[in-house]
Amino acid sequence: MDFHIPEEILDMKRTIRAFIDKDVEACSRQIEEEDRIPPHLIDKARELGLFGMSIPEEYGGLGLSMLERCLLLEELGRANMGFVTYIAAHVGIGTTGIVELGSEELKKKYLPALASGEKLGAFALTEPDAGSDATNIKTTAVLKGDKWILNGRKHFITNAPEADVFTVIAVTDREKGARGGFTAFIVEKDFPGLSIGTIEKKMGLRGSHTAEVIFENCEVPRENVLGEVGRGYASALRILSRGRVMLAARCVGACNKLIELSARYAQQRVQFGKPIASFQAIQWMLAEMATETEAARWFTYRVAWMVDQGLPVIKEGAMVKFFASEVLNRVADKAVQIHGGMGYMKEFPVERFYRDARITRIYEGTNEIQRMIIARELLKEFEV
Amino acid sequence: MKIVVLPKQTFDTEAKITLDAAGKINREGVNLIMNPYDEFAVEEALRLKEKHGGEVTVVSFGGPKVPDILRQALAMGADKAVHVGDEGLEEIDEHTTATILAKLLRDLEYDLILAGWRAIDDGSAQVAGRVAEILGLPMVNMVIKLDIAEGKAVASREIEGGYEVVEVPLPAVITAQKGLNEPRYPTMKGIMQAKKKPMQKLTIADLGLGGEEVAPKVRARRYYLPSPRSQGKIITGEPAEAAAELVRLLREEAKVV
Ligand SMILES: Cc1cc2nc3c(=O)[nH]c(=O)nc-3n(C[C@H](O)[C@H](O)[C@H](O)COP(=O)(O)OP(=O)(O)OC[C@H]3O[C@@H](n4cnc5c(N)ncnc54)[C@H](O)[C@@H]3O)c2cc1C
Ligand SMILES: Cc1cc2nc3c(=O)[nH]c(=O)nc-3n(C[C@H](O)[C@H](O)[C@H](O)COP(=O)(O)OP(=O)(O)OC[C@H]3O[C@@H](n4cnc5c(N)ncnc54)[C@H](O)[C@@H]3O)c2cc1C
Repeated sequence: MDFHIPEEILDMKRTIRAFIDKDVEACSRQIEEEDRIPPHLIDKARELGLFGMSIPEEYGGLGLSMLERCLLLEELGRANMGFVTYIAAHVGIGTTGIVELGSEELKKKYLPALASGEKLGAFALTEPDAGSDATNIKTTAVLKGDKWILNGRKHFITNAPEADVFTVIAVTDREKGARGGFTAFIVEKDFPGLSIGTIEKKMGLRGSHTAEVIFENCEVPRENVLGEVGRGYASALRILSRGRVMLAARCVGACNKLIELSARYAQQRVQFGKPIASFQAIQWMLAEMATETEAARWFTYRVAWMVDQGLPVIKEGAMVKFFASEVLNRVADKAVQIHGGMGYMKEFPVERFYRDARITRIYEGTNEIQRMIIARELLKEFEV
Repeated sequence: MKIVVLPKQTFDTEAKITLDAAGKINREGVNLIMNPYDEFAVEEALRLKEKHGGEVTVVSFGGPKVPDILRQALAMGADKAVHVGDEGLEEIDEHTTATILAKLLRDLEYDLILAGWRAIDDGSAQVAGRVAEILGLPMVNMVIKLDIAEGKAVASREIEGGYEVVEVPLPAVITAQKGLNEPRYPTMKGIMQAKKKPMQKLTIADLGLGGEEVAPKVRARRYYLPSPRSQGKIITGEPAEAAAELVRLLREEAKVV
């Protein structure tokens, strides 16, 4: 066993940290107030190469292993979560499909611009009647000549208003349903018949936009089928399972930041004539935050490593997403508590983290669904 | 155009300084960075290279962690690096460092030498000047704008109440002041490429130096931490009364007026 992190990854983490702590931090209030990420931050993230984190080197990406990606996403996780989501949704669910399932043609066509961040990727599975139960999607795709014609409505799609390239899951055979009847497509925003609905007003993740994607006789060329026709449900699950460990890494990064903020604040805030850090009640909270985060961190590295070894991670991926996101929610809650009334104020970043943390238990599969997957896999292992 | 930059590794600006049992500055567990003024120097070298073509070499003298800042410079875009290790040197001063760097520079080709005007740790602002002196080169200090044309450097520096524009023939030594540029971050790709770029490791003996030649001329007799700042005082009350009270305190307690 080797817990040593390569020098070059440490160097990358250092650059990301400087960028986050200086440039992104300086704009965090602005992002909150305007619900918009200043374009210069996105430009800088492009220059740094952050959009190419999950894309192979031959297509202009960084060619990082899953463990390396997670180490970088952990660092990125310190930042304003709206900003992080903008990049991470692209790096995770937005590009994974083409990387792992795309034909050589699709890869050559789309990956270089996605790697440089010139184009933004998004993933569209969820529909009004198909959230946790993704088998219930209604969006259809019918082959007419050399084009697939898509009709339907996806909702809650991250980055939809800004995205250029969507990975869309649609029904191609109603009879067969999820088992053989769904297909994944690569759809460009400019394909005729695609439009974007209004932007949702969310509890948090300001700066990251979530909206409907509407298909009205949207024409998709035949070669834009991702993977095989009929294998779309399996593809979606695969894309989501990759996203899960990366989401866990971001949660760990946010925990790191919250612990840092809380430990500092507790030593500066004086009540009863002493820094509140001297009270055992505060120390216990800090100790629990740090211990749980450490457990989530190493669990994340372990699952990422399993992905790199080509091991199945259905159960572990679900576990780590569920665990890390719940740790983040507990850590954020304690961070607010340590900050007292200040923790409830927008002046302090913990208030923002508290709201933003909440979504991690819901998206990319709710934590109830993760528990369901874990139990199902577990019962299979010990089938009687 | 061949440019050599002389970055130094220093404590992080946020590092907490403590003294060890022997009364020396404790380096244990301290985060080390490239001296921020040297980052301006590296950035300027890269911009000149991008404009005029050429090659940027970064050279640093110091301990085993120095390759970290050299890799940073390579990742930003420098072409090669040389690390002169400080093995066997117990005490050093600016004379030591400048002697070693100048000796190495004699073996390198250069049109321009860039450095930060001072390091944020000891703040002596001596090394670049001493190097220029040993090599017999002209030097412009604390530069905030630099142009190179036809074998000359035209450098602007801030002076009391205005600017001074200085022209020197190349090769020359130029030191960077804040305002010269905004250093770039090393990109992820740059970091990956950096590990394939040449980094040479030399010892002082490799340079044919040792003994008295590099012995420090200055010896620190004692280090001590600044006394903690005493609590400020807020004077309340009507402005006129508060002002009178302030004057009284400045006269009677602080004894400054
Ligand atoms: C900000 C945001 C961004 C998003 N981004 C994307 C995106 O980019 N792409 C995309 O495709 N989707 C995206 N989604 C959708 C997201 O994945 C879904 O919201 C999520 O899967 C939950 O589905 P739902 O909202 O329909 O909730 P529901 O499925 O209606 O769930 C409601 C509750 O019921 C529980 N539940 C449901 N079924 C069961 C069961 N069998 N057993 C126990 N409990 C159950 C759930 O856990 C939950 O607590 C995003 C959502 C949000 C809010
Ligand atoms: C929205 C809002 C409305 C409010 N409205 C009013 C109002 O109408 N009137 C009013 O007077 N006040 C009001 N308050 C103030 C509120 O009562 C205080 O914020 C609260 O008492 C906590 O004090 P604090 O914010 O100074 O936190 P701190 O006292 O600094 O507490 C920080 C943390 O340290 C902990 N802590 C402090 N001392 C100890 C100790 N000895 N042992 C263990 N833990 C300790 C606290 O539990 C907390 O977790 C309001 C606050 C908010 C946020």
